[in-house]
Amino acid sequence: MNAAKVLDAKGLACPMPVVRARKTMKEMETGEILEIQTTDKGSRADLTAWAKSGGHEMIDQKEDAGVFTFWIKKG
Amino acid sequence: MIVTPITAGEVAKKVINKENFFILDVRNEDAFTDWKIEGESIQYMNIPYFDLIDGVEEILDQIPTDKEVIVVCAKEGSSIFVAEMIAEEGRDVSYLQGGMKAWSEHLEPVKVGDLKDGGAIYQFVRIGKGCLSYMIVSNGEAVIVDATRMTDVFIDFAKQLDVKITNVLDTHLHADHISGGRKIAEAVNGTYWLPPKDATEVTFDYEPLEDGRVITVGTSKIDIQALYSPGHTIGSTSFIVDNAYLLSGDILFIDSIGRPDLAGLAEDWVGDLRETLYSRYRGLAEDLLVLPAHFMIIEELNEDGSVSEKLGKLFANNHGLNIEDEQEFRQMVTGNLPPQPNAYQEIRQMNMGKIAPDEETQREMEIGPNRCAVR
Repeated sequence: MNAAKVLDAKGLACPMPVVRARKTMKEMETGEILEIQTTDKGSRADLTAWAKSGGHEMIDQKEDAGVFTFWIKKG
Repeated sequence: MIVTPITAGEVAKKVINKENFFILDVRNEDAFTDWKIEGESIQYMNIPYFDLIDGVEEILDQIPTDKEVIVVCAKEGSSIFVAEMIAEEGRDVSYLQGGMKAWSEHLEPVKVGDLKDGGAIYQFVRIGKGCLSYMIVSNGEAVIVDATRMTDVFIDFAKQLDVKITNVLDTHLHADHISGGRKIAEAVNGTYWLPPKDATEVTFDYEPLEDGRVITVGTSKIDIQALYSPGHTIGSTSFIVDNAYLLSGDILFIDSIGRPDLAGLAEDWVGDLRETLYSRYRGLAEDLLVLPAHFMIIEELNEDGSVSEKLGKLFANNHGLNIEDEQEFRQMVTGNLPPQPNAYQEIRQMNMGKIAPDEETQREMEIGPNRCAVR
């Protein structure tokens, strides 16, 4: 996946992964992809809901050894 | 202005007392729609925290100033984040300590009645999830029925009453919550009982709960009589305690009946469910006080926060007990089933001893309402 930016939000608890994702996304251009890594289980539902509410697109996500990775395309 | 933490226990008391208060739930909409703090006099507002990151000015005029405001989220982090912004705008505000996870785990013990030879029966109301557990106490001994995962609460309660837990029973293999039964039995060196037909795949030793089996509490011989009553699961067993109380498990609730599909096919067990409700239970004394393993809606709570009703009243008022036509009954319990409880397959596996996830995972598995009933 060709991500324009990678955000390491591992170890952060809610609400910080979404707060950081939102801040990073603001600095990006429409169509660019943000990769976010988290360890907070709640971040899965929250990032999905946040992306939808902000008009972004959740392109893909995976879980590997307790680390969740999301690729969100800026809308 | 200040942000005050409020515990799940304090919120539970408000719900039981039907207090008027305002909940600002900042979880995402799906989570809120699926499951929230229920109460008869609660006013709600749901806005996900990520829509409030820039500030709360836009919603400030929708937050009342004449009632208590409690901000709620999944674990508490986001509710503190939002509550602090509201406080900065000059409002007093609370947040739910530990969030919905703490709400899901809170148990409220209520005494539901006395036993004839001394002793008492207590109900543990898991108000956030609708699970009900029981402790029957007599002459220095205690029996626990349908214990939840929060085993310390039961063990500590027995200590406070200065009674020894001797037997721990589950009415059936639960699919909506993780049983604490086996863990308590191990901790107190007591006996753990399960209906054998629900236990064919379990990986541990247990004592089989069979029809007519009698378990005694204390020297005054308060009998707990097992009554085979399949339908919710194939092994589901009810208990008659002291000839006064009917612990109905997930077969019969106050305003609903058990669903037959969580451990197999609804069509397979609907006949058993009807037989239990319309034949076996009909043969019991109508003045038995029914004590179910769940409630579905907050209106089922009595004034003191307990959940109970006379069997005769349920025969008269519970819709699920009043469907004459068998085909119509079949349609009701198989045709329009609610969504299944969160992670119910994993929960069953865990209750069989097949998997042993860590505590955090167990908490996640139990998120949401119990959904064991059909109306």
